[in-house]
Amino acid sequence: MIQLFHNPNYNFIGRRRWAYLLSIAFILVGLGSMAMKGGLRYGIDFSGGTLIQVRFEKPVPVERIRTALDGIKLGESVIQEFGDPREFILRLPLQNASVEEVTAQVRGALAKDATLGAPEVRRVEFVGPQVGRDLQLQAIYAVLVSMAGILLYIAFRFDVKGGVASVVAIIHDVLVCLAAMSLTDREMSLPVLAALLTIIGYSVNDTIVAYDRVRENRGKGGRRAEPFAQQINRAINETLSRTVLTALTVFFSTVVLYLFGGKVLEDLAFVLTVGVVTGTYSTIFIAGALVVEWTEWVEGKMRRPKKVIAKA
Amino acid sequence: MRRNLWLRIGIVAAVIVGSLIYLYPPPFVRPLLYGHAATGKGGLLPQTINLGLDLQGGIHLVLGIDLDKAVEAQVERAASSVRASLEKRGVGVKRIERRGAAELVVELASAQAWSTAQTAAGELTAFEIKEPDQAAGRFVLAMRPKDISQLKELAVRQGLETIRNRVDQFGVAEPSIQQQGDNRILVQLPGVQDPERAKALIGKTALLEFKLIDEKVDPERAARESVPDGDELLYQKRVDRETKQERKVPYVVQKKTLLTGADLANARVSIDQNTSEPYVSVEFNSAGARAFGELTEANVNRRLAIVLDGNIHSAPVIRERIPSGQAQITGGFTSEEATDLAIVLRAGALPAPVQVLEERTVGPSLGADSIQRGIWSTLAAGAVVVLFMLIYYRVSGLIADLALGLNLLILLAAMAAFQATLTLPGIAGIVLTIGMAVDTNILIFERIREELRAGKTVRAAIDAGFSRAFKTVIDTHVTVLVSGLILFQFGTGPVKGFAVSLMIGIAASLFTAVFFTRLVFDLLYMGSRKHEALSI
Repeated sequence: MIQLFHNPNYNFIGRRRWAYLLSIAFILVGLGSMAMKGGLRYGIDFSGGTLIQVRFEKPVPVERIRTALDGIKLGESVIQEFGDPREFILRLPLQNASVEEVTAQVRGALAKDATLGAPEVRRVEFVGPQVGRDLQLQAIYAVLVSMAGILLYIAFRFDVKGGVASVVAIIHDVLVCLAAMSLTDREMSLPVLAALLTIIGYSVNDTIVAYDRVRENRGKGGRRAEPFAQQINRAINETLSRTVLTALTVFFSTVVLYLFGGKVLEDLAFVLTVGVVTGTYSTIFIAGALVVEWTEWVEGKMRRPKKVIAKA
Repeated sequence: MRRNLWLRIGIVAAVIVGSLIYLYPPPFVRPLLYGHAATGKGGLLPQTINLGLDLQGGIHLVLGIDLDKAVEAQVERAASSVRASLEKRGVGVKRIERRGAAELVVELASAQAWSTAQTAAGELTAFEIKEPDQAAGRFVLAMRPKDISQLKELAVRQGLETIRNRVDQFGVAEPSIQQQGDNRILVQLPGVQDPERAKALIGKTALLEFKLIDEKVDPERAARESVPDGDELLYQKRVDRETKQERKVPYVVQKKTLLTGADLANARVSIDQNTSEPYVSVEFNSAGARAFGELTEANVNRRLAIVLDGNIHSAPVIRERIPSGQAQITGGFTSEEATDLAIVLRAGALPAPVQVLEERTVGPSLGADSIQRGIWSTLAAGAVVVLFMLIYYRVSGLIADLALGLNLLILLAAMAAFQATLTLPGIAGIVLTIGMAVDTNILIFERIREELRAGKTVRAAIDAGFSRAFKTVIDTHVTVLVSGLILFQFGTGPVKGFAVSLMIGIAASLFTAVFFTRLVFDLLYMGSRKHEALSI
């Protein structure tokens, strides 16, 4: 029998301060990178604008396309190679002109440079300012509602403490994903949002497994005297192989998707991959630890009033 | 458990056969399941799976109808009808002007005809009289809010109908045209080869108007200075054949619209015998023909401007009364332009201008590439996960792999049965499902291992493993489904596809990873023979 862990007994809860430090440090680095880059980059889904994917007959240097496009004043356009030296994405900010006019202008500008050869326009996406704004609002709403849904479900199945700790762990996972996106220069798009929402639903799974174990162990009784921190630590260790194995299979899938899924799915696969890793990490180091933190704080508070009375 | 063995085998067999029938329907079943022919063009995928626009290529358009414009147009029409009605009663009108979108300010020449004017204004049922000032002979007609919202609803319905007509005449297989929100129309046209042309056809307002040219005014001067009351300045675009330079020629026309495209009975493309240039000949219905006859009779030797969406196409001189109700629209069209103009004129005008709010166009070659990549990554992810389970859990892993295969079969069949649309992110959802579907088996297997370590017999460990893990499995499914549902609610097109395949896959894994796996375990290990070891 192959076993990942033989009767693991790591002191996860004891080292939780280090985990906090690591998480906060990574998130701060991510936030710093966002601040330096002027915020998270939004794709045209949210910011509005036009995206045109073209394929040339032969590889073309980016500078030549840029020169060709400089002739038509379309503002701060982004030109990116897209998975193949012949294939490029042109991203243009919102214009006063209609999509048809913009596309025609770009076609015309590229046609002027005869050395570029006639490019094939493979994809045009245009998102108007209204739709972009609507999507932004809906995105925030979707993220909040799914977190609220999970908070309620865990609070109903376990307790409020577990629900809140799970949601904090989820927020941690989302922040880590956003930090990783900013560090690797990826932009927020609809598929990325889909990945984030999936992670919100998925990363809490292992946490549920661990909480379930705490309750089961308590049900067995006998160890009532065991401090809460140790109960949690034991549950995390007992479910450790489950937590890691389930994440591993999903990790395999998302890595395959990242490698072979093509450029369009790359960002989605990236966020899913980061999310699975951080979701596992936060189950082991964050979600349980926060419940311990909260419980100890409540216990401390229950002791404290006596001291106050004593002083008085 | 053992008692129901045959029933459980029957259920699994029924699910497998049912899935296969939905995916590959035999010819005689197909019409029952899918009505007419299914649309899939996946090549490697079964024909019964609907492919999204991002996979088969096509246009996704969200159009916003400018409903305020529809109200304005209605109010303008009311203005001319009030004017006509007042003049008929011999009431002098000093000024009728639109104020905001839904109000008309009426000023009478004198206050003497006040009560007659009130009666005339009362004929407009959709309007109410406000701010009456009898001394000044001035009042305001405001459209009632109820009528405004009714008009807006009607405009959206009419817009949908008109666009549907145009698309039908353009000839697109399986178009989808739906209302979205209050004033948006979602148009999806799969497999369109010339997106620019299709967009121009759908988005054109196509308001055809006939107006008289005001010959007393010099248009060049009016363009520089001011346009007389009751007139407006419109332009004709002329493209020079040699230099390809576009030139705008101004015309001063009377604001009053004499006839619109609403009175057309037909429009078709003809070729001019002399110049061999295509033009559009239109034919009025009987009411339109009568009005056209009267109009041409009363204005012989004047010029009649044919205005489409505010641009003058031509301004021929009326030679004589035209009783036949036929007219020609010329203006240097290509034959494609003439064909499309005839289509939009036949389908009717949009009740208000539309604006493209969102567009996603994917060429067919990109879609084919995406399908290839999607299928390869699904296979690759499947291979990695299958191997991993086999190595880690051996025979039990093999059972989980069979369950995974069944899961994918059910997932695809359910998509075909619900006529859900497979998109590129939807394929990503399938790949993700591969990783998540075996999670349930991992939870169960780890539990069984634990029970075995605790010294339970093989049978007892399997029993305990399945029943103990079940609650946890339900919990984990609920959370993923919660986010899936929200994603589905929120998502547009492609992203919705991701939510759909994820949710179906996760729901199916309850059946495959719990029900099916349990059945196989029971068949293997619950017989009368005593098992010393479990390959897990």
